Amino acid sequence: VSAPTASPAAPAHHDTADETILLHQFDDLEQQELSSTLGMWAFLATEVMFFGGLVFAFFLYRNQYHDQFVDASSHLNVWLGAFNTLVLLTSSLTMALAVRAARLKQRANAVKLLIATMVFGTAFLGVKAVEWTTDYHEELIPGIRWNWKGPAGAHHGAGPAHETAAEKRAETATGNDPTPDEGHVPRHPTLSPGFSPGLVGPTENPDYTVEMSKTSDGNKAQMFFVLYFFMTGLHAIHMIIGIAIVAVIAFLTWNKWLSGVGATHIEMIGLYWHFVDIVWVYLYPILYLISMHKS
Amino acid sequence: MSAIDQPYSHSHGSATGHGHANEPHVMPLSLYYMIFAILLALLILTVAIAEFDLGSMGLAVAMIIATIKAILILMYFMHVKFSPPLVWVFSTAAFAWLVLLFVYALNDYFTRMWMDVLGK
Repeated sequence: VSAPTASPAAPAHHDTADETILLHQFDDLEQQELSSTLGMWAFLATEVMFFGGLVFAFFLYRNQYHDQFVDASSHLNVWLGAFNTLVLLTSSLTMALAVRAARLKQRANAVKLLIATMVFGTAFLGVKAVEWTTDYHEELIPGIRWNWKGPAGAHHGAGPAHETAAEKRAETATGNDPTPDEGHVPRHPTLSPGFSPGLVGPTENPDYTVEMSKTSDGNKAQMFFVLYFFMTGLHAIHMIIGIAIVAVIAFLTWNKWLSGVGATHIEMIGLYWHFVDIVWVYLYPILYLISMHKS
Repeated sequence: MSAIDQPYSHSHGSATGHGHANEPHVMPLSLYYMIFAILLALLILTVAIAEFDLGSMGLAVAMIIATIKAILILMYFMHVKFSPPLVWVFSTAAFAWLVLLFVYALNDYFTRMWMDVLGK
């Protein structure tokens, strides 16, 4: 193990030991790199579907239990989430710069930037841990510690000012006519009793409200937190795996174990890291921002 | 083989501006910082817009901003913009399958009430 020799001041350092070796099953170095990139993208495609199914489930329940989801989301700290987005975007920048350094054969620089990526990734998980601890103390963890007390702020000073979104909807829906406007024509007169509304919203079918009232506001809010913990937890697992792989690759780059294989390893973990960043780019608005204008 | 090689070599050559196959494509540092600045601006924008009640449009606007951010990360940080066509096919297919999932599942959820079918 020797100390890193390449420095940022010497960008195109063409040491013969740093030249990429062409493996015999490939025609040329371009094809060799393309094979790795395509393999990684095939994996990322399965990851897109993996997270996509959860996001779709969230969209469906968000439509069905909209008011309770708004109340539940008000417990999340918008600013901690925004800070975490900032941290993760910064880690994506350092990772992209690490790939750039690796392509320019700036080994020491690449190692530094990989370590910076790990630091930002760990900071993200730290903030997430703080948020989950708060959720635990506020009894918002389904199945482990759950006690629904309404939206954030409602239990401090109970009054009409802290009316929940669910209560507001319930008030406008009193009487037989759940829609406030008069002369409303039912959109689906052939609706059958007990129909689960899905995406269509309130209807004039009296059985609809009976059916829906069986699910309490607390249970609907609990559904939000089930999806919240599944999505952020799955994302955090990806972050932990990513940090571990970045650590291994940073070490192997530093001690020259990866000499002769080009920048491929750093490029591939870079693709993974940016993908995990993209997942959070979607998770942040759908989980944190749906209740902001009410708070 | 040549069908894969040729467009790849062509796009690589035109994107980098030189013909050396062993020279990797590298973007200038300023471009990385510019993309990062745009991403931060979009983050501030999505939080600022969430302050206003846009009704059902709120989610759509947030998703459009998130998609712009995702495309910037895909194109520049993940280098898809400078990658051979086959990488475009793979990366686009990943999200195209997601669109299929959403479209056909929504197809089901939107139309469930249209007919009086037992067991739905």
